[in-house]
Formats: sequence, C-alpha cells, structure tokens
Amino acid sequence: MKAFATKAAAAAIVVFARAVTAVRAIWPEDGLPSRPCIYFANHSSHGDFVLVWAVLPPRLRNRTRPVAGAEYWLKSRLNRFIGRDVFNAVLITRERDKRTEDPVAQMASTIDTGSSLILFPEGTRNQSDAPLLPFKSGIFHLVTARPDIDLVPVWINNLNRVMPKGEIVPIPLICTVTFGRALRFLPDEAKDAFLARMQSALLALAPKPVGGSE
Amino acid sequence: MSAASSDLLTLVAGIFGVLILASTVGYVLQQRLSPAGSNASIENLNARIKAWWIMVVLIGIAFVAGRVGVLILFGFCSFAALREFVTLINTRRADHWALATAFFIVVPVQYYLLWAEEYGIFSIFIPVYAFLLMPIISVLRGDTERFLIRIAEVQWALMICVFCASHVPALLTLNIPGYEGRNVLLIAFLVIVVQLSDVLQYVWGKLFGHTKIAPKLSPSKTVEGFVGGVLSATLIGAALWWITPFTPGEAGLLAFIITLMGFFGGLVMSAIKRDRGIKDWGNLIEGHGGLIDRLDSVVFSAPIFFHIVRYWWSL
Repeated sequence: MKAFATKAAAAAIVVFARAVTAVRAIWPEDGLPSRPCIYFANHSSHGDFVLVWAVLPPRLRNRTRPVAGAEYWLKSRLNRFIGRDVFNAVLITRERDKRTEDPVAQMASTIDTGSSLILFPEGTRNQSDAPLLPFKSGIFHLVTARPDIDLVPVWINNLNRVMPKGEIVPIPLICTVTFGRALRFLPDEAKDAFLARMQSALLALAPKPVGGSE
Repeated sequence: MSAASSDLLTLVAGIFGVLILASTVGYVLQQRLSPAGSNASIENLNARIKAWWIMVVLIGIAFVAGRVGVLILFGFCSFAALREFVTLINTRRADHWALATAFFIVVPVQYYLLWAEEYGIFSIFIPVYAFLLMPIISVLRGDTERFLIRIAEVQWALMICVFCASHVPALLTLNIPGYEGRNVLLIAFLVIVVQLSDVLQYVWGKLFGHTKIAPKLSPSKTVEGFVGGVLSATLIGAALWWITPFTPGEAGLLAFIITLMGFFGGLVMSAIKRDRGIKDWGNLIEGHGGLIDRLDSVVFSAPIFFHIVRYWWSL
C-alpha cells in the first residue's frame, strides 16, 4: 500500500513539474555515465532535485538519490513522506553539533550500494545575485573517499524564477536542465583547485543571461 | 450534410492531399540525397512536414469539437506562447503576482469572454484593464529597478500572445448575413493562407532566392522568396473564395493583406529573437522551434483580418 502511494506520488510530482516548467534536458554528446555517479547542481529552489530527477531516464532515475538537509525534510509529515519515502533522499544533518552520523560516510556508503547521488555543493539555496555560491568542502571529502566516481555537472536554469523563495504560486516558465561531461577527481588534487575546477565546469553550462539586461 | 461541413470535408481532403504530396517529396529527397540522415536541410524539412501532420490533425479535432474545441485549442496556444515569451523577458521577483495574474487570470478571462460572446469587453480587456492593473500589481512590491522595461515587456507579451492570438477564434463570433454556421471556415482561410505563405516563401526562397531582403533580421529570407510566396499565397487565397463570404477578388485582396502582415510579423518577432540572442522561441514543435516561431505571422494578421471582416461584412 505504501509502496503504491510513494510510486503514485512520485509520478504525480514528475507530471506536475513537467506541466509547469515544460522542462527540457540537454545531454552531453557522449551521454551520461551508466555506472553510479554524482550529479552536482546549482541550488536555488526546493524543486531543484525534482527537476533533475524528472528528466533522468527512468533506468537511471530509479537508482538516483538526492542528498538533502534533514532539518527541512523531516520537519513535517508531508515533508517526511516526500523527502524520505518518495524520493528516498539521503538526509544529512547540517548543524555539526546535532550530527549522529558523518554526512560524507552516509554519502559514500550510499554510492557503495550502487546508487547515484544528486548533490548541491553550495550547501544552501542561492538567494544572491551571483550565479553560484562558493562550494562547501563536502564534495571534496566525498571524492577523496571514492576517487573513481564520475562527477556530472548539472545546470538547472530558470527554476528560481518559477518559484522564488516565499512564493506559493508557481509561474509556468520554461526550464532547462543541462548535463555536462563527466569529470573525475585528479590524483593528489588540492581541495581549492578541485572545488574551483568543479565550480567552473558547472558555470560553463549556464546559458548566457537573456533579457537584454546588462 | 450542411454546406459548412461539406466544404470543410473538401478542404480537409485538399489539405491531406497537399501533406501526402509533401511527405512523398520529403521521402524521395531523403532517399536520394540523405539516406543516412546526413543532410540537415532535408532532415529538418521532413521534421517540419511531420509536425504539420500533427498540427493539422489537432486543428481538425478542434474544428470537429466545435466552438468550445477551437477556444480550448487557442487558449492553450496562448498559454504556451506566453510561457515562451515570458521566459525570455526581464522579470524580477516583484513581478511574481503580476505574472501569476497574466497566466492564470488574464488568459482564461480573455477566452471566457469569447465564449460568452462579450465583444465589447473582449476587445478592451487586455489593452485597458490588464494594461492598467498589471503595473499596479507590480508596483505594490516597491521594486523600481528597470520598472518601465518590466511592465512594458509583460504588456507586450500579453498583447502578442493573448490579445492578438485570441482574434483567430474571435472570428467565430462574427455575424455575417448569408454565412451563418460557417465561421469556422474563416479561421481555416486565415490559417491556411498565412501558413501557406510562410511555407511558399521558404520554398521559393530555397529554389530561386539569392537577394537577401532583411540580412540583419532574418538571413534566410530573400526578395525572391517574399515576392513568390506572397503572390502565390494571394492566388491560393483567391482560389479559396468558395469557403468565405467574399468574392474571388475580395478573397485575393484579403489574402494579400494578411500575407503581408504575416511577413512583417515574422520580421518583428525575428528582431526580438535577435535582441535576446536566441534562434528559436522554444522547442515545442519538432523542426520548427517554439510555438511562437510557427504562430508569429498568424498573430500579426489575425486582428487586422478580424477587423476588416467585422467592419465590411458582419452586422
């Protein structure tokens, strides 16, 4: 019964997301890795992972789990149902002193079970005018623990305009989700160099600003 | 069988004939010149023809469903076109409620007014009420950054995608003596002539075009394509007089006017695309680009066609 409810809810959320945003995926020329990988994306809305999840081919989608903040997704029964049951999120505790588990170990063991991750390395939703916030170091610690994993940059465009923070009604604008070529951690790469390389690979996927604005 | 439905059947048979011919030509060209899908123009031509089949079938279903079907079809076209347009304009968070109003109130109300045949309010709802109320909704948030640009662009989007586009189904509300129950054929006349003009300009341009007509706006448009397309679409319009309340001469003159409007509409919408640095409005229609890419010429010609017919033919 519950399995059916989560399947139906997942399908309904995907249909709704597609109907509102007419979302279109842009794939890299050589396709997505077929092995488990880390999709890392820019973060501006709670709907971000839904959009990535919705455009992934079902075969890959079924074993892809978003990484999300436990504080938000365990807040209410509905949040719990959507975050934990429907999307099977890997829930990590943001505040260091409240942690019972190490987030990097949680993510690494999820990868070991054959799952891919959707990760937002900015750590929080970007409300600034800058295209991207500086990455947190979690993704670096994760790849030093699992250095062979493919890292796929994913740029989500326009969703912040569809549903800005604090609004209730979504504006049906067209969103695109652009997947880049898979990257790897280089042996002995320093933390700052690695994070800078990941940030610029992600930013390279962002479309030039439209609207004729300066 | 009524005169309207027998004319419609003849028309549908004719359109299917043209599409079958087009598909055959496309198939032969592909077999001869692009068997491995290597010639981009031919692949695009075939994608376009395929999309035409779908569009013709959709319009056909709407016609069979009658007035409500046509209103729903064009209501969805307005919604999808508005979405393509607003995606590309300057908006800020302060415009959120104004945009929600545009999508979820203005579009349905405009088509409801057509359904209710309230011509008076239909014709001023967007130019007067939306024009004044939308900036009020935006200004309440107190964000003045690029304010004039923001409100002007939203109003333009509504005028093009909702107001002008809704004049196609508005043809159903005209009361033309001796033409009762056949108004749906006026929509067919408008859409066929304007769309054929686009197709014929493309064909004439591909076959004989070498002088660019507007190199800065639309490098693929040529003088030869323009003249050949407009003239042949005008002749086809005149030849379609039997589905209209017009004489052959009048039908030709109206076809000439709407093909010109359609051509210039295409140029205006190209200029906007250039300004925004994009090639197509979207990806809704395979081979054609976005919905606005296909609808731009109809949108520019529909209000003019509507008012000419309303002034000289309707009660």
